[in-house]
Amino acid sequence: MADLPAAAAPGPTAASPLRRILASPAAGRFLRHRGAVAGLVLVAGLLAGAVLAPVLAPYDPVAQDLRARLRPPSAEHWFGTDEFGRDVLSRVVYGARISLVTGLVPVLTGLVVGTAIGLLAGFYRGWIDDVLMRVMDVLLAFPSLLLALAVVGTLGPGLVNAVIAVSVVSVPGYARLARSVVIAAREEEYVHAARSLGAGDGRLMLRHVLPATVGALTVQATLGIGFAILSMAGLSFLGLGVQPPTSDWGEMLSRGRRFLPGSSWLLLYPGAAISLTVLAFNLLGDGLRDAFDPRDQAG
Amino acid sequence: MLAYVAKRLLGLVPVLLGVVFLVFSMLWLAPGDPVLALLGEGAQGISAAQVEELRRAYGLDRSFPEQFVAYLGDVVRLDLGVSLRSSQAVTTEVLSRFPATLALAGSAMAVAIAIGGVFGVLAAIHKGTWVDSVAIVVALLGVSVPVFWSGLVLMLVFALGLGWLPASGFGSWRHLIMPAAAVGFSSSAVIARVTRASLIEALRQDYVRTARAKGLPERSVRLKHALKNALLPVVTVVGLQFGGLLGGAVLTETVFAWPGVGRLLVDAIKSRDLPLVQGAVLLVATLFILVNLVVDLSYAALNPKVRYG
Repeated sequence: MADLPAAAAPGPTAASPLRRILASPAAGRFLRHRGAVAGLVLVAGLLAGAVLAPVLAPYDPVAQDLRARLRPPSAEHWFGTDEFGRDVLSRVVYGARISLVTGLVPVLTGLVVGTAIGLLAGFYRGWIDDVLMRVMDVLLAFPSLLLALAVVGTLGPGLVNAVIAVSVVSVPGYARLARSVVIAAREEEYVHAARSLGAGDGRLMLRHVLPATVGALTVQATLGIGFAILSMAGLSFLGLGVQPPTSDWGEMLSRGRRFLPGSSWLLLYPGAAISLTVLAFNLLGDGLRDAFDPRDQAG
Repeated sequence: MLAYVAKRLLGLVPVLLGVVFLVFSMLWLAPGDPVLALLGEGAQGISAAQVEELRRAYGLDRSFPEQFVAYLGDVVRLDLGVSLRSSQAVTTEVLSRFPATLALAGSAMAVAIAIGGVFGVLAAIHKGTWVDSVAIVVALLGVSVPVFWSGLVLMLVFALGLGWLPASGFGSWRHLIMPAAAVGFSSSAVIARVTRASLIEALRQDYVRTARAKGLPERSVRLKHALKNALLPVVTVVGLQFGGLLGGAVLTETVFAWPGVGRLLVDAIKSRDLPLVQGAVLLVATLFILVNLVVDLSYAALNPKVRYG
């Protein structure tokens, strides 16, 4: 906060953290990337929509109006109404909340647990590495949705168990990625220098090696949000995730498909909302990858 | 090559053991008494003495390692227990659903390779033009649109709207078109990306310049010289996509009432039929591991560098 006045004054002395980030070459590459900027705008819009849902939604998302059941889109109900007369637009808007939360929680869990595993395995190598990575290999031996279904099949269907399932599925990817970065970073001169200055293992790992993983993990996590949202929507669609009457896109599709072909609006809007959200995070993730690692651009 | 095959097969043993262990642990990780979990609905009104009797009968009173060894023995003999719902052998029940899932996954794979290959090649050849942009957008949609939603939209348009195809069910090749298209499209995206990147890389190589300098027609330079060499990474990614295809099949089977393993598994989860869940998970995971092995071996056969690396 102390450098706020300095940031406000133009000139070479103005170097607030934000400006420094914006002036970096990675930020330049990111901002020139049309898809990345589109992704960023979409993600910001989604977050705003989720936060402002009570303001944006024209109706209460769970209020039933049995006189207005299965109405097609109209001036009154832009996205129509469902079989209980609930406003589909309001449910789609509120659905952004549950989608973003259930998309973020597994990614954060996977990121924290996976990075810890990767850090320990890559830093210590030896038998710790062997044991941890063999466990990750076993988890990766399952197709991801199958592993999620195995977890839900064990714990039982429901929102919390579905989030646990998608979290478990996320862990090995981050663990492997973190490990590969850590193995390279621990041989860097600055790490050797810190060790010879007397830094302990814990300090070396957290202060010197961990920061090296931030770039790669950020990209992976951004793309992971899209994957988590898709997986959660899939589980809810199968009736194993979010349960009624919560406004959730996957759950809306699961119920809406019973009213085909007459009520196609029950299907189109929630599905489009999932696609747009996942697309936004994929665009953002691709943009971040190209910005962090310009060599990796295939084009 | 033989030594490589042996090495890979040996490397499979710990992974398979781990998978069996994880599936075995499901019974213990499930909330509540394992005996009651195995009884499912049948647990209602059962006395404590009967529970203890069943615990001994199932061998659940023995130590954890003993039970795991016993389970392992059963798995090797392909005895995966009995479904709580149907009282049929789990192995028979799951295997009877395999052909439908394999038919779906196989044709979806064909769709994915066709769409992904064509878009990837077109994008690479016309790099930087509108063709490339269209291919990139299609690939992004492929990874972003949920497979169950594209399936539902296809059903809405081609079955319920136009009436060209049966909306759901199983039997003829016409039933297969929409599920295969939905699952295949979502997997085609990654194939298109890798084909594009790999072909762009190949077109930069010296042997392509040599082929052009010899005066070969551009078509033959691209297809015979560049594409052939660009295919190796594509083979790997096609294999990796198989897991996604199986996952997509689980979701799509529910949309189209397709009688495969996926629907069996989802129904088993909903009715808390734990032996059936365990059996389906174990057999599908084993299939996935074997497919990956075949892909790795064919990759090694195509590229000697891998074998000696």
